[in-house]
Amino acid sequence: MLGLTLKEVSLAFREGRISPTELCRKCLNRIKKTQHLNAYITVTDELSLTQAQESERRLQRGVPKGPLDGVPFAVKDNFCTKNVRTTCASRMLKDYVPPFNATVVQKLLDQGAVLMGKTNMDEFAMGAGSTDGAFGPVKNPWSYTEPYRTLAGPEADWVIAGGSSGGSAAAVASLTSYLALGSDTGGSTRNPGALCGVVAFKPTYGLLSRHGLIPLVNSMDVPGILTRSAGDASVVLSVLQGVDVRDSTTVPAPSSHAELPEEFDVRNLCVGIPKEYHALGLSPDTRAQWSRVADLFEAAGARVEQVSLPHTQHSIVCYHVLCHAEVASNMARFDGVEYGHRSSMDSSTEAMYATTRHEGFNDVVRGRVLSGNYFLLKQNYQHYFVKAQKVRRLICDDFRRVFASGVDVLLTPTTLTDAARYGDFTQEDNRTRSAQEDVFTQPANMSGLPAVSVPTALSSRGLPIGLQLMGKALDDHRLLAVAQWMERQVGFPSIGVHDDYRQCSDTSSTVQTSA
Amino acid sequence: ASQQLVGVVGLEVHAQINSNTKLFSGSPVRFSAPPNSLVSFFDASLPGTLPMLNRRCVEAAVMTGLALNCTINKKSYFDRKHYFYADLPAGYQITQQRKPIAVDGVLTYSYFGEKKRSQMIRKSVQIKQIQLEQDSGKSLHDDDRSQTLIDLNRAVGLMELVMEPEMKSGEEAAAAIRELQLILQALGTCQGNMSGQLRVDANVSVHRPGEPLGIRTEVKNINSIRYLARAIYEIQRQIDAVQSGRAVQNETRAYDSKSVPMREKEGLQDYFMPEPNLPALIVYEDNASLPTGIDPSQAVVVQKIKDRLPELPGVKRDRLVQTYGILPEHSFTLVNEDGLMEYFETLMKTTQREPRKVIGWVTNELLGHLKQRDMSVSQPISPAHLAELLKLQETGRISSSAAKQVFQEMWRSGGKTAWQIVQEQELGLVHDSAQLHSICQKVVDSHPDEVHAVRNGNKKVLNKLIGLVQKETKGRADPVLVKEILQ
Repeated sequence: MLGLTLKEVSLAFREGRISPTELCRKCLNRIKKTQHLNAYITVTDELSLTQAQESERRLQRGVPKGPLDGVPFAVKDNFCTKNVRTTCASRMLKDYVPPFNATVVQKLLDQGAVLMGKTNMDEFAMGAGSTDGAFGPVKNPWSYTEPYRTLAGPEADWVIAGGSSGGSAAAVASLTSYLALGSDTGGSTRNPGALCGVVAFKPTYGLLSRHGLIPLVNSMDVPGILTRSAGDASVVLSVLQGVDVRDSTTVPAPSSHAELPEEFDVRNLCVGIPKEYHALGLSPDTRAQWSRVADLFEAAGARVEQVSLPHTQHSIVCYHVLCHAEVASNMARFDGVEYGHRSSMDSSTEAMYATTRHEGFNDVVRGRVLSGNYFLLKQNYQHYFVKAQKVRRLICDDFRRVFASGVDVLLTPTTLTDAARYGDFTQEDNRTRSAQEDVFTQPANMSGLPAVSVPTALSSRGLPIGLQLMGKALDDHRLLAVAQWMERQVGFPSIGVHDDYRQCSDTSSTVQTSA
Repeated sequence: ASQQLVGVVGLEVHAQINSNTKLFSGSPVRFSAPPNSLVSFFDASLPGTLPMLNRRCVEAAVMTGLALNCTINKKSYFDRKHYFYADLPAGYQITQQRKPIAVDGVLTYSYFGEKKRSQMIRKSVQIKQIQLEQDSGKSLHDDDRSQTLIDLNRAVGLMELVMEPEMKSGEEAAAAIRELQLILQALGTCQGNMSGQLRVDANVSVHRPGEPLGIRTEVKNINSIRYLARAIYEIQRQIDAVQSGRAVQNETRAYDSKSVPMREKEGLQDYFMPEPNLPALIVYEDNASLPTGIDPSQAVVVQKIKDRLPELPGVKRDRLVQTYGILPEHSFTLVNEDGLMEYFETLMKTTQREPRKVIGWVTNELLGHLKQRDMSVSQPISPAHLAELLKLQETGRISSSAAKQVFQEMWRSGGKTAWQIVQEQELGLVHDSAQLHSICQKVVDSHPDEVHAVRNGNKKVLNKLIGLVQKETKGRADPVLVKEILQ
């Protein structure tokens, strides 16, 4: 039951095969059993059960609110949840309880979905491993599966979940939630989605409201959707998308279809393979999967073409300047006056600010604030910030040109390699890791384009590899249709649970994740 | 010898927009509401909240820009200006630094010259720009308990108007601000009260004409027009400093009977960045230029605002001069004093007298009394009552000197009509020629020397005799009749 897709669960509810409270209890149980993954910062158990009971009454009366009624979901801890603490995995907001729901959270609740809890992440979403949060690192559920244990050896260290939405990806992968919200600024949804073997979708910028999402980079942040299938992502997208008066950057949704076409003909499709994505450090496994999927498209009659995105190579540097500048600005409000941590130092307002911020933020956040302010200094502004914006424009133009030439989607890897072992990953600092890990994902944020990571295969170490599809702006629905086609061709294995999973798994050691 | 040092004054004006809700949130704006009672999640800068631009505030800025002959930018942008201060909860203020909503305007103003008080001098100053920005909160420092209390009610919309440094004296600055105040009040875009709604900072420097401008200081907290005229004592302070070989520091000074230093200007620490949560602010020229899909009721259309512009002070003055044939100086006084023009125009509707005869009563008698008592035109003497008094004078029922006496009495008694006072105090003119003959005879009989002088052709002495008759009658004798009789 836990391994079903969202759509399958929804159907099972309507047919009375499962009840929302029963499922909610199972998920809460599962959360307890998988506590060692550290996927959740806050589990809302009592609230979850109350919501599940309400949903159950609606289903019994035959008046469910929609396809999500009764479906358990998890939310990254940088989305505001009314009366449920929202920490951003930071000491700064350790005890912060928002008085309102983020628009995307509210929309899910309005559909009757059941909140299971708030998921772990890198502090203020700054990171690519979910290793840099105040509540400790997230462990990748695949660290405990048969293939990894067998191939890497019983003594092998656990592997990271990816980040920064590692908790959300781990929650969906470890079968404690059917969908999770992440946020994606440079790849923060797609990266952990790829490493944890789930579908991770970053919609077009502006299609989903950012109101209530505690920002990292306002001009790139997009709420991300993590599910077990592309079809599920489409259902969730149809619920979340559209104009929100509270977010002036939102745009009207071009399509209201929740369902993807059952039969999708790829013969009219042109798939672009950007040659610049043959990056240094790309693992042979990932490269091989990339070729395999390109061949699958070609074999099915799609046109597969090599394309060029010449400015992509500058994307990461440019991203860092823009990101740090916005971080410096966005973090300015955390001064201990209105909310959040306040230092006991009170000799002067300035001393209170300084110690509050020193105690509240980790090194990564403080480092970005410092460099961001440097980039924004009057004498540096033109040289860094303005220049980075110009490069950003060039990157956008690259995509525009490629799509104007007739390409429908771009196929690339999501990450360079499968998940790194924690011990290896932490050999390098956060900045280096962020630069390495976001290389394929980050250009889509620069240009605001929709992108989705689709689980493709297991690596030679038995860990998930994901490939990324990028589409035209506002062409999200078709992008997900292509993703669904690909998902059905690649035959990604369901998570094989080891030890602790086997005990609580109610079906068998392997569970179906897609039809 | 080198030329004399002269002052250069540039003004920055922060005008609180008169709107029902704040610039970027739906919280209401209300004067003197309890502290922190009108604070939305956005106003308190709760993480995850985003700004929502208030269309009314944009319209107010466009209207103000049009009234000041500005070019309205069809596309303008918002920026963040960063600094740490307890009453700035987000750590930055949203403003328009790169491209403001209105630019390149001009404000024309007049004032009475220094040497000849009756001569009006007309000047104009360039308006560099009008930008929309968020007001900060308010800090109250409690020194006894070493606490700072923050009130975030105030985070309303502001228009910042930047005037080029083209003024030379405090008087010019004061006149320009008074004119601006009148314009804003006429538009209704700002209530214009200088104790908060209209805040003026003056940038002051001195130089020798033809040479580059000197280092400037910023004088803040100027909270009345009178102080503005005086705060620019700063010019003299700088001239004194330069002449005695001291350097002028780039600093902020507060006005406190003289200007005193406040803090060092932190020029380098002002970080700016584009506000990423607000798209470009687009306004449209007219309905025809609206793109399809845009709801005209939700768009800001310049032409529609132009059509709604009320009569501005300059136009009012011209109209008064033309309609009533009064002097430009009089029209200036009528418009610049709150409610005086309305008083005059009401009065003109009820009286038959010539405007030129009436204007003195309004700009001298009435205004003089008001100023003396520090009162506003809120009806101590209604236009109807004054009209009645003027009629009594015109029809010869009372003399002009008696009229002034009655006016004083009307002021004192509060509510009595002119006729009541004339009757009670027997101030009406004596027209009875028999009665006047007997009084004149009495005066003539008792002043033989004077009579003799008149007979010898000394006309001046006749006036003395008339005066004596008036004294007998307490000024109530019909002067024309008295003169006839005596002659």
